[in-house]
Amino acid sequence: MRDYALFVPEYIAAGWAVLVIAIELFWPKVRKDTLAYVTAAGALAWAVSALFYIGNEPESFQGLIQSDNFTTYFRLLAAGIVAAVSIMSANYLRDRTKTAGEYFGLLLVAGCATVYMAAATELITAYISLELLSFCLYILVGYLKRDNLSSEAALKYILLGAFSSAMLLYGMSLLYGIAGSTSYEGISQGLAARDQGGTDAGIVVAFMLILAGVGFKVSAAPFHMWAPDAYQGAPLPITALLSTLSKAAGFALILRLFSLAFVVDAVEWRWAFATLAAVTMTAGNLLALQQKNLKRLVAYSSIGQVGYMLVTIAAIGYGDATVGVNATSGLLVHIVGYVVSTLALFTALTAYYNKTGDDTIVGLRGLAETQPFLAVVITASFFSFAGLPFFAGFTTKLLMFQGATTDELLWVIGLAVLNSFISLYYYLMIVRQMYLFDPIPGMVRFRINPVMWVMSAGLMLGVLLIGIYPGPAFKAAENAAKPLFQQAEPGVAARQP
Amino acid sequence: MTFDEGQGYAVLATLAAPLLAALILVFIPGTQKMAVRYVAAFFGAVMLGLSIYVFVAYQVDGEQIQMSLKWVWVENTAFLGKDGIVLNLAVDGISAPMALLTGVVAFAGTITSWKINYRNKDFFILYFILLAGVYGTFFSFDLFFWFFFYELAVMPLYLLIGVWGSTRKEYGAMKLTLMLVGGSVLIWIGIFAVFNEANLGTFDMQRLFAAGNDGTLSPTFQKVFFPMFVVGCGVLAALWPFHTWSPDGHMSAPTAVSMVHAGVLMKLGAFGIIRLGIQMLPVGAEFWMPGLMVLGVTGAVYGATAALTQRDFKLISGYSSVSHMGYVLMGLATMNQIGITGAVLQMFSHGVMTALVFLMIGALYDQAHTRDMKDFGGIAKVMPMWVVFYAIAGLANVGLPGLSGFTAEFHIFVGTFQTYPVFGALAIFAAALAATYMLRMFSMVFFGPFNPRWKDLKDLTPLEAMAGALLIASIVVMGVWWAPFTDRIGTTVAALPGVVG
Repeated sequence: MRDYALFVPEYIAAGWAVLVIAIELFWPKVRKDTLAYVTAAGALAWAVSALFYIGNEPESFQGLIQSDNFTTYFRLLAAGIVAAVSIMSANYLRDRTKTAGEYFGLLLVAGCATVYMAAATELITAYISLELLSFCLYILVGYLKRDNLSSEAALKYILLGAFSSAMLLYGMSLLYGIAGSTSYEGISQGLAARDQGGTDAGIVVAFMLILAGVGFKVSAAPFHMWAPDAYQGAPLPITALLSTLSKAAGFALILRLFSLAFVVDAVEWRWAFATLAAVTMTAGNLLALQQKNLKRLVAYSSIGQVGYMLVTIAAIGYGDATVGVNATSGLLVHIVGYVVSTLALFTALTAYYNKTGDDTIVGLRGLAETQPFLAVVITASFFSFAGLPFFAGFTTKLLMFQGATTDELLWVIGLAVLNSFISLYYYLMIVRQMYLFDPIPGMVRFRINPVMWVMSAGLMLGVLLIGIYPGPAFKAAENAAKPLFQQAEPGVAARQP
Repeated sequence: MTFDEGQGYAVLATLAAPLLAALILVFIPGTQKMAVRYVAAFFGAVMLGLSIYVFVAYQVDGEQIQMSLKWVWVENTAFLGKDGIVLNLAVDGISAPMALLTGVVAFAGTITSWKINYRNKDFFILYFILLAGVYGTFFSFDLFFWFFFYELAVMPLYLLIGVWGSTRKEYGAMKLTLMLVGGSVLIWIGIFAVFNEANLGTFDMQRLFAAGNDGTLSPTFQKVFFPMFVVGCGVLAALWPFHTWSPDGHMSAPTAVSMVHAGVLMKLGAFGIIRLGIQMLPVGAEFWMPGLMVLGVTGAVYGATAALTQRDFKLISGYSSVSHMGYVLMGLATMNQIGITGAVLQMFSHGVMTALVFLMIGALYDQAHTRDMKDFGGIAKVMPMWVVFYAIAGLANVGLPGLSGFTAEFHIFVGTFQTYPVFGALAIFAAALAATYMLRMFSMVFFGPFNPRWKDLKDLTPLEAMAGALLIASIVVMGVWWAPFTDRIGTTVAALPGVVG
């Protein structure tokens, strides 16, 4: 049955995207910040409509896309990110461009693409959603076309992105050859029916190519080379989008693909995820230590965060369905904590950047004197990344790592905790600039846009709320994780060799 | 969130008071410096009152764990079963004196900080958050919240030292923070492993203690992970050779932070060894305790020797803290009733007397702006009250009978001689060294030829005198009438697994 009602929220988002573009088309003089608030309103409408889907029975559209709690979780997340990023962009874009309709339209489309990546239960659909998101991001990263860094970043991102898409496609075709199906369920059955004697080189190659492809999208080391340049060149709100939406989307796709389709052959890929996680977190954190530019630092620190998150995917491979639910719930709640902290950070940074145009770390000198509120928000987000208590990062990281703890993975967990310790050092170096030094001569207190003020405050309260009372978020994450592990009975036997 | 039972409102209030203080301070404008001081002092007094109440209300002949309060935070979600994460506050015979210690030192620190003028609102917010972390750690019987508060107590230190500190503050703050958080890393990994191994779906510490006793946590596991907890907590307790943050950190810290840090925070480390080490992993404790004894003795002798060679007041106290925390670790390592009781007594005793020492150093440094002993001489002429207070702290440090240091060290030495006579002898040697560095300081600073450079020094202000008097009162009470302490500590120590009479 074709149930077109399954994706009403996305119709709203996509329709709103067209609307935003049309407004500017017919009324070119429209204030760009008005456009931003219109987009945010659209994202909120999208989120509200998504609320009606919470707890609905899982339903599939033609076996291609699935509407369940997992999808709805990412719906709400994507809508929230899009709303926050558009508000963040309001003054930033007004000061820098004359046309912004496409920018805001693409934000909404990117949000839709994220939802479809979470919902896809078929390889081609997943691939198309992934490309939809990537193309939105390519354009958004290069949106300030008169800015050389922005154009360079976009070019680099497109070239490497195309390369990784090719790898992903190659892996998918190999897999189709082996399993004989492109639907996740079909792949799972195809893999389970295969002769289990010995390791099949073809399947390992296919998994590794897919791993490299998705690894690029979430910027896991050693496929992370694009990230620092893209982050640095992109408009600041888009940097926020890159480090929240594109990562969340990447993990949404990985989670569904690996837990539904590939879990029967977990032996062939789980070690690769454990290694990838270890390499990614270590590389990200060690490289972050030497950065002088804030955006690059955040790029590397987010690579480190991706490393932590990858541990859970390895845990899905090592454990049974129970461990799978635990690890996935942990990951989902951590993604929310990470996203809220990142958005708080970027709201504060954008408010600061709009006034000063400075994105170096030393530029933050004495911020505690000139703009104490922003200094508090930035400190809170960095402390949240580092995993200090009272802030979201402590609780969500603890829940995620605890969910992913299995006997085989204890060493990666240990490494991850050690890495959060390393990360504390470079976060403290920024806090040190803000609090321990006097401001640069000539810097005075400045007023920040009240909307940005309210949003920073709201997001910071969110960081505190998740950190202090994680119950509801964790429960929601568990409900979202369950659908991924429900139909796993036939494959379960094959999981533990 | 479900609320189970609630006789522990005094405990909850004690924990909530500093948090409430921090919250109220957030909304006071930073320019209202006097208002900030009054609010801080008020809550300091409230905390002292509540701490005394908690200590007194703990019934010696009652249950071992009293005044408990459980608010279920997260349950029946993913790997968390029933009672997954619970705000489980209670008091046992060890946390009762520790709470009292925190109240005394916190109040003394609060009124000592009266004179801070630079951004005092921010200072007090961080200071109260730190104290909330300390109380929370002492009261928590849930591993999640225990670690939450433990980290919370360490977190504000970077800014407190970095912004309001002195001598090489950036270096000291960074070194201290990284070393302490480095220790937490080990604890954190250990917590993951314990939760996974016990597989109970709960962070409830009492159930995990039971799991440690009945073999759910296998002996091999306990032996592997005990060192992680001991080293992780030991960093904060200045366990040799992980003590190096202590002298640098204390040298840089502002007075009140030094007081709270040396007075209370270092005790969290030793407390962690009791909770996570002895109570949760008894088999591991039995296996590794001789090793801890060696490190404790080394720390005691090393700290005392190093203190002999220093000229900076704060460095001397920093190293002397290393030495005294060495005694605490020795006491724990004896694994007998009197030794562990002595260790907890020493935690209290060292807390109040070190707080007093740092208070006095701060009172002098604020006027003289140097802490080099060679610069001083004959200070008794201008600051008689200061000299008396400092001398009492110094004598307690040395272990003069009638003062708290004697009570504590006596218990520890007796305990050590029961199990490890050789180490007991070494520890007494360290105590003799302590007498040497204290008397050396007395002669160089208090007496001797008066240096006219210091003729304008003022004696203690009334507030400093009040704070000092409170600390001295604690030192003397514990020195002459230690029964209230030993009774409370004894009930819990007797119930510790693996402790011999």
